[in-house]
Amino acid sequence: MTDAALAAPPPVTEEVAVQITKMNKWYGSFHVLRDIDLTVYRGERIVICGPSGSGKSTLIRCINRLEEHQQGQIVVDGTELTSNLRNVDKVRSEVGMVFQHFNLFPHLTVLENCTLAPIWVRKVPKREAEETAMHFLKKVRIPEQAAKYPGQLSGGQQQRVAIARALCMRPKIMLFDEPTSALDPEMIKEVLDTMIELAREGMTMLCVTHEMGFAQAVANRVIFMDQGQIVEQNTPREFFNNPQSERTKLFLSQILGH
Amino acid sequence: MSELHAQTVAQVRDTMLPPVPPPRRETGAIRWLRQNLFSGPLNIILTVLAIWLLWVALRDVVPWAWRGVWRASSLNECRAIRDQLYPEGTSAACWAVLTDRWRQLVFGFYPASQIWRPPLALVVFLLAVSPILFARLPRRLLWLTPAAPFLIFWLLWGGTIWGPVAAALGFALGVAAFLALSRARYPILALLAGILLPVLYWSFVAGPLARALAGVAPLALPAVASKDFGGFTLSIIIGLSGISLSLPLGVLLALGRRSDMLIISKASVFYIEVIRGVPLIVWLFVAQLILNYFLPRGTNFDLMLRVIIMVTLFAAAYIAEVIRGGLAALPRGQYEAGDALGLTYWQAMQLIVLPQALKISIPGIVNSFIGLFKDTTLVSIIAMFDPIRMASSIRATTAWGGIYWELYVFIGLTFWVFCFSMSRYSIWLERRLERGHR
Ligand SMILES: Nc1ncnc2c1ncn2[C@@H]1O[C@H](COP(=O)(O)OP(=O)(O)OP(=O)(O)O)[C@@H](O)[C@H]1O
Ligand SMILES: [Mg+2]
Repeated sequence: MTDAALAAPPPVTEEVAVQITKMNKWYGSFHVLRDIDLTVYRGERIVICGPSGSGKSTLIRCINRLEEHQQGQIVVDGTELTSNLRNVDKVRSEVGMVFQHFNLFPHLTVLENCTLAPIWVRKVPKREAEETAMHFLKKVRIPEQAAKYPGQLSGGQQQRVAIARALCMRPKIMLFDEPTSALDPEMIKEVLDTMIELAREGMTMLCVTHEMGFAQAVANRVIFMDQGQIVEQNTPREFFNNPQSERTKLFLSQILGH
Repeated sequence: MSELHAQTVAQVRDTMLPPVPPPRRETGAIRWLRQNLFSGPLNIILTVLAIWLLWVALRDVVPWAWRGVWRASSLNECRAIRDQLYPEGTSAACWAVLTDRWRQLVFGFYPASQIWRPPLALVVFLLAVSPILFARLPRRLLWLTPAAPFLIFWLLWGGTIWGPVAAALGFALGVAAFLALSRARYPILALLAGILLPVLYWSFVAGPLARALAGVAPLALPAVASKDFGGFTLSIIIGLSGISLSLPLGVLLALGRRSDMLIISKASVFYIEVIRGVPLIVWLFVAQLILNYFLPRGTNFDLMLRVIIMVTLFAAAYIAEVIRGGLAALPRGQYEAGDALGLTYWQAMQLIVLPQALKISIPGIVNSFIGLFKDTTLVSIIAMFDPIRMASSIRATTAWGGIYWELYVFIGLTFWVFCFSMSRYSIWLERRLERGHR
């Protein structure tokens, strides 16, 4: 890990970044998310874990409205997510997302991937967007790949480009949906290091992951979900050493005890 | 490392042998033949069979074409020349029909003094599309592209230049109104103004304006009537207009079919299924006979324009389905990444979805284009003189009655050259767009 990664994370503020109240979501008649209440403060690093199908992805995808909720309220950075498209666009330009399968644009170079949204959404001049992109590509330590196409990079490199691409929009909140679970073990570390560095700089992060080492290193809160509900949330230390519910214990014994 | 080696390794080779060419039997043509044609008993049999079939097919055709007579003014003259040159019973092509009638085959009944105009129009067309077809060309060429349709129309049909200019001004007016109002954030008003203003302008202002301008500066080409278009000129005009208009329409239909808005998607499906389900010939009859009933009385809507519209509408339905396949092949993650970055629907389509979907669809799109181009010969049944009908009419003259193969070989080869070029272009484009996917 780098020096930046070893520094202590900055303190969490009182300012609310995401406020979710009594949120419910259904897929047809299937109740995926039940009465979710969640307040994320600026600067928080939250890790969300839980068994497969528990609704983790659905929850964080509701925050930038890749999924629509049917009941309750989601307010992101003061903007409520409703069917009003202007609000949706506003929230999306403030919230960055990193996907399990990277979802880079294969027909564009790494640099173009990073400058696309700043140029078209933020209307940043091309030159400036390219400078920003190079800045973040350096930060994720692959500036030399800028002219290549995503298909020519390794999985770990692609995921770091995806992180840089999201950062180029200068988001206030970053969402990660299992960013390392499609990667080979030797590439996981390079991506986690990048994320840790980001966390140490005070980025508000919501991260679905089963990398418990990451949770212990930087998270200030771990949320455990099961069957569409938030079952338990606590500091990483309490969460791992002193889980409260039976379901959490079972889950932890499965992922930690192999 | 190397020091260590120097002490522990007894002998290290320090001069490298140059690579030696492989033995004779393993190189060049002989090797190629052995590997590809004679690598086993079955392959030997197949090779011999193929050579024999080629021989059978070509042994008569090649001498026939080679001996061909190029200068004569009728079939009888051709035969007289052949009988002079070759022994009794030898067959020889009579290419003279092409040298005698090439103008009709290529230009139809276009006035002889004006036949420079269609090739010039073709050059303008190629220049206008070249920056779209070849990304390396300077972007400045794109400025010609919006003006090209009007210039081409004027070159082909002639008349005063102010007609097309006045018509073009209508488009410019619409675009300007749309941009001004949408910048001021009145999207619906912008759309309305963008459509209504040009329509009003065309109905009331364009005609008088063109006439006034023509009075001031009479810049005109001799007018050519649509019925005088024929031969390959006709095929190429219908084919290229159909191709360039059906692609954007097909893209819109494909997007419409996948739209979340129920009315739009149902309307697109309805359009595609109706158009595709009926043979093109029927639609051409519709263009010829029925379309005029729906148009306001007195508008003498040119048959050729009607046919171009029909062919475009027909091809668009096919293109839409091909592109829909490309859209469906894109992983959902691409749409989601675009959404997550805050791109609007149209931005995501233009920047992310369509470039990839169109690239996947290139073979299918070019396939449809080739089909469309060859289908232009169907207009012969609604009394238009495409190359096939032109050939029939040449064969109906006393001079060339009875000639057969030469005309159709020429027409077939010409079509083949066009279609093959499109096919090669598409292969080249696919290679150029290759991005090392895994
Ligand atoms: N588009 C959809 N339509 C219907 N059901 C869906 C849809 N997407 C997800 N589901 C269901 O919703 C539930 C929650 O899915 P979600 O992807 O949020 O789970 P997850 O916690 O992220 O699981 P994993 O760890 O496997 O990614 C699952 O049971 C899934 O089958
Ligand atoms: Mg998931």
